[in-house]
Amino acid sequence: MSYIVDRRLNGKDKSSVNRQRFLDRYKKQIKEAVSDAASQRSITDLDSGEQVTIPQRNISEPIFQHGEGGDRSIIHPGNKEFVTGDRVKRPDNGGGGGGAGDASDNGEGSDDFMFSLSREEYLDFLFDDLALPNLIKQHLKGTDNFKYKHAGIVSQGNPSKINIVRSMRSSLSRRLAMGGSSRARLREAKQELELLLDKEASVERNQAVALLEEEIQTLTDKLARIPYLDTYDLRYNHHVKDPVPSAQAVMFCLMDVSGSMTQQMKEIAKRFYMLLYLFLERSYEKTEIVFIRHHTAAKEVDEEEFFYSRETGGTVVSSALKLMNEIIEERYPLDQWNIYGAQASDGDNWNDDSPLCKKLLTEKLLPMSQYFTYVEITPRTHQSLWDQYQLVEQECGDCFAMQEIKDISDIYPVFRELFKRRSE
Amino acid sequence: MKKKYQPISEGSEWTFELIEQYDAEIRRVAEHYKLDTYPNQIEVISSEQMMDAYSSIGMPIGYSHWSYGKQFISVNQNYKRGVMGLAYEIVINSDPCIAYLMEENSMTMQALVIAHACYGHNSFFKNNYLFRTWTDATSIIDYLVFAKKYIGDCEERHGVAQVEKLLDSCHALMNYGVDRYKRPYPISVELEKKRQKEREEYQQTQVNALWRTIPNEKPARRAGDTKVQFPKEPQENLLYFVEKNAPRLEPWQREVIRIVRKTAQYFYPQRQTQVMNEGWATFWHYTILNHLYDEGKVSDGFMLEFLQSHTGVIFQPAFDHPGYSGINPYALGFSMFCDIRRICEDPTDEDREWFPDIAGSDWLETLHFAMKNFKDESFILQYLSPRLMREMRFFTVHDDDRKEMLEIGAIHDEQGYQQIREGLARQYNLSVNEPDIQVVQVDLHGDRSITLRHKRQQRRPLGDTTEEVMRHMHRLWAFPVHLESSYEGKVEKHYHCPPRADVDPALFGMGFNFLGV
Repeated sequence: MSYIVDRRLNGKDKSSVNRQRFLDRYKKQIKEAVSDAASQRSITDLDSGEQVTIPQRNISEPIFQHGEGGDRSIIHPGNKEFVTGDRVKRPDNGGGGGGAGDASDNGEGSDDFMFSLSREEYLDFLFDDLALPNLIKQHLKGTDNFKYKHAGIVSQGNPSKINIVRSMRSSLSRRLAMGGSSRARLREAKQELELLLDKEASVERNQAVALLEEEIQTLTDKLARIPYLDTYDLRYNHHVKDPVPSAQAVMFCLMDVSGSMTQQMKEIAKRFYMLLYLFLERSYEKTEIVFIRHHTAAKEVDEEEFFYSRETGGTVVSSALKLMNEIIEERYPLDQWNIYGAQASDGDNWNDDSPLCKKLLTEKLLPMSQYFTYVEITPRTHQSLWDQYQLVEQECGDCFAMQEIKDISDIYPVFRELFKRRSE
Repeated sequence: MKKKYQPISEGSEWTFELIEQYDAEIRRVAEHYKLDTYPNQIEVISSEQMMDAYSSIGMPIGYSHWSYGKQFISVNQNYKRGVMGLAYEIVINSDPCIAYLMEENSMTMQALVIAHACYGHNSFFKNNYLFRTWTDATSIIDYLVFAKKYIGDCEERHGVAQVEKLLDSCHALMNYGVDRYKRPYPISVELEKKRQKEREEYQQTQVNALWRTIPNEKPARRAGDTKVQFPKEPQENLLYFVEKNAPRLEPWQREVIRIVRKTAQYFYPQRQTQVMNEGWATFWHYTILNHLYDEGKVSDGFMLEFLQSHTGVIFQPAFDHPGYSGINPYALGFSMFCDIRRICEDPTDEDREWFPDIAGSDWLETLHFAMKNFKDESFILQYLSPRLMREMRFFTVHDDDRKEMLEIGAIHDEQGYQQIREGLARQYNLSVNEPDIQVVQVDLHGDRSITLRHKRQQRRPLGDTTEEVMRHMHRLWAFPVHLESSYEGKVEKHYHCPPRADVDPALFGMGFNFLGV
């Protein structure tokens, strides 16, 4: 007899628990692999999942087994020209021409264990231990946005917020408590009355009955006078105003596009912005990006133009900072937006302009921003802009950070350095 | 021979009705060949579910452990990259016998799996002596449910990390958690639950009793050189020994060890009958489907698709083929069963000389007898014929690490048949494939260390994972673990965990406190 059962609709992710346990157990190795991968992969797929490779030996499950050596006889199929007594050279990788039957059952001789992470898992590993600094501080400063939050039950409040269940509950308990002794006495009196009525009629009995009846009447009246609902029973839902952190962020990408910035430097900057965008996107419900490019004058542009059009000429960094300031004042009110700035440049600037940049940053932009990062992409020595920015870092170290990127593989480590979780 | 051509279906699409029809036809033919089976439960699943089943060593329910996750990830990865097709069948030795059909497969493949798993493997499970003695098909599912629940509860009570560590250690010693000779108790869930509580309490008292003898011992005796021999005889079931005697395990830990041990025991017959089991199932899907074809029940297209898949399954690459990874159990098993049938039906003089008992006998009876009473090792020793050795072109390679060159030993010729047959049989003997390691001594009155002895076969040393397994053993035993690797009575190498130089005296003291002495 056979039963045929359709199980296709049963859950299919029976192994997800085990998979998660595997990821947890090898978190460290996977994180290393992700870091390696992040510094090498191209921008366009930075957003997808990732193939992760970790060495097989790290995750092997040891058992007692035979090692190399000793005197072994193995039988193989497919003899072509051998006859008994032939001598052949030992193959390079031991195992006598293929190894015993069970040696290569699994793994197919590969040394690395390769698997893919989903996008979410990948980003989790990528941004593990990183945090946006000052996330909280700025929120408290944010003013106008509030949300009402349930905060328990109180005894005074607005009639529209009356909590009926809780009010009735306290009314019931009050009534029980207040009438308790009277009700007990009433029961007793009624019993006594019945006993008396069973007795033979006499003057004393009638007197006692009258007394009892009077008492019963009093008690009943008393119980009836207990109010069904007292003001004192009323309970109200309580709500408190809770400041809501603005859940949207705007990211300003500032880039120098003067003649000295090569396409390769722009690529590096672009990857850096990409990472930052992914990271912000995880923390905020909505993330906008404003692209500002500059040479001697700054201009707000779209992404395509930002990365791929070329201009020549000198460099005035402060123009971009000014424009950023204007855009914030115009479009991004501070109580609704968290502002992040990321500037990339090769460090070239008009010497006289650098102090002005410092002034703009410390006085205007930094007080408004959550965090401002500066990366200098240069293989050369630093110029005046770097020096001035270092002064800024000394003054406002908690919302300003700067790092240097020499080539593509530096991007991820520098990014981690800029956003590593700080102990407060 | 060929009857009226009236195939059950023509296309490659399957439906539940068709599966039922094919199953009925296959069952009819199977009964005709006297295949005795458990009832079948055929479950249609998706490929994702197949991967789930795959990564829990085919068990429909299993406790959670990261190693199954690892298995799942690698199966998933290989499948997605197209490196590996999913096995089209998983069958569970239970009553009723559960077999999975994958929904992506064509009707031909479904029929092939039904014949292979539901009638081939199923009859093997029900009739082979190892399965009959060692596994209890009626209660295995119940037991797995119990195990999953118990380990889940332990994780809640003692933390996932604790349980995981314990399971890691148990898995490392899993192959040494089987009784090779004793018959185990049948396991049923009610009994198991009831006994589990009693066992917890009882076991702990036993262990304590064993160790409590220490302080009562007379000082003279303690200092004396007469050591109490414990265990009395070497013990091959390391996990069982640990479960019963390790001084510092808590009751739940003993129960977890027991669960791993029971699981290992359940799979032990399958590991011993790989060639036979697969050979038997392959032989029957081949025979049954050909029978149906002869009756005109299946179409030519069906047959072509079936044969293509069948030849893939029984392909045996030669030793110098890039895809060679040892002897394909399907190929060897299938060829052997076919060969036995040939010897019965159409014996040559050589066969009469080698197999006087079976040459010319009733093939069906002979085949059933072979299936019931052998395991891989004895099956090969009994039935591998010279003709098959010639066909497979078997040859022996002697690999002696003291010599520079490999030497070719016996080949498929008159002088070599006997040796090849014995050699190949030995290759399937688990106790030769796995190092022989037994518990020989527990130092009851000293540092409570346990000593294991490895007997080298053909001078083969232990592999480089040994140190790591020793650490697992140490985790379970909690006192020093020694391993002597010996050859012909002479100890060649010592392993110690913790390493000899720094045996921690604090650990010793801790043990005393634990027992409240």
